Amino acid sequence: MIHAWLPYVLCALLFSVGVYAVLSKKNLIKIIMGIIIAEYAVNLFLILLCWRKDGEAPILHPGAVGQVMVDPLPQALVLTSIVIGLATTAFLVAIAMRLHDRYGTYDITRIRELRG
Amino acid sequence: MAIHSDEGGMTLVVKTVTRLTVGLIFLYGVYIVLNGHLSPGGGFAGGVIIALSFMNLVLAFGGKKAVEIVKKNAVTAMESIGAILFLGIALLGFTEGGFFRSFLSQGETFKLISGGTIPLSNIAICIKVGAGLFGIFLTLMVLMGSERKEK
Amino acid sequence: MIELYILLALMIVGALAAVEMKNLLSAVIAVGVVGLGLSIVFLLLKAPDIALTQLVVEIVAVIILIRATLNMKNADDWLGPRPLGAVMGAVFMALTVWMGIVVFRSLPSFGNPLMLVSQRYLENSAADTGAANVVAAIILDYRAYDTLGEATVLFTAVVGVLTVMRRKGVKSHGDPQ
Repeated sequence: MIHAWLPYVLCALLFSVGVYAVLSKKNLIKIIMGIIIAEYAVNLFLILLCWRKDGEAPILHPGAVGQVMVDPLPQALVLTSIVIGLATTAFLVAIAMRLHDRYGTYDITRIRELRG
Repeated sequence: MAIHSDEGGMTLVVKTVTRLTVGLIFLYGVYIVLNGHLSPGGGFAGGVIIALSFMNLVLAFGGKKAVEIVKKNAVTAMESIGAILFLGIALLGFTEGGFFRSFLSQGETFKLISGGTIPLSNIAICIKVGAGLFGIFLTLMVLMGSERKEK
Repeated sequence: MIELYILLALMIVGALAAVEMKNLLSAVIAVGVVGLGLSIVFLLLKAPDIALTQLVVEIVAVIILIRATLNMKNADDWLGPRPLGAVMGAVFMALTVWMGIVVFRSLPSFGNPLMLVSQRYLENSAADTGAANVVAAIILDYRAYDTLGEATVLFTAVVGVLTVMRRKGVKSHGDPQ
């Protein structure tokens, strides 16, 4: 039924919004925002894969033996992925600020023209 | 708009509130790191919270004063110390049987001192991530402060 | 799970607003809305560790983006569109959503994951490692190599930022290469 795959399709829609921003915008900051949105969509997809119906958070507490828990393995992968996404964003913004320093604008078509 | 100005920083209200709350933010970050094996959190979230507490100080009191107090070399040195500590914990596992083997006892579950090398790894990751992010912040915010006046 | 769909719709609207707005500061705030909505979605999907990390990381990302757009001259998005790029982008969007509807039917349905390895991790975590947080046990004990790789990537990014932002090496040469 539709409930089984609708969250994945909405996640694909979010990813495509991010890639649309990368492909069709001229401003460098808009391109960086598109990359950030695409990263958010990928992390969301991995966490959507591990939800279990009537599952609990994967933390053991005293007195809970044999309780149904959600899948902890994609959560471990996403934890490092979020911090790596932040590092990538910071590096991209550093390069963008450096380009603005040199050319005075964030427009990618004018960055090609002014120096040669 | 005097948010990123070279002198002063923000208004008096912000400075007073920062003086009162920044210690609590730092303490919260330390709590999340130390209880990383018992409740949600761990080294990454705690390290970013500690870096945010330092960023709060820099934004409230101005860039120049912060760079006087915290030299850039100290921040990058702390990050290297965190990385070396994490690798050291991994290599010390050789005494037990292999790379990354746990060399402390497991302890009883749900106590603060338990879980083998997991709390030590959490502290190493916290130092590394916190110092790295604060280093990035200082470089982007403070050391490029002189070309933006011509608006 | 009606709250999940409402929040996903809010995030998609926020992402579209962030991409299309002309004023860059408003666009950065819209990206902040997407990130905070994502943090609440993670909490609804029973992942509290991830929700905490996403929240604080997203705050740092918004701070860095605001630094890049506040008070910079010529920073607003008043430039004309790229028609070829816009058409390619729209075609890609339609293709992705259509392929998604076709392909995602073969995934395990939402709510019933195949937990082949995770079942073993969940059962033996308390006895093997002694930690109560299973996610922390996985990233620091069962799969610690991945954490070592992540520490390396973070270190490389910090070195990269410190190198790109150096003032001396560019001005003394005199002309760009």
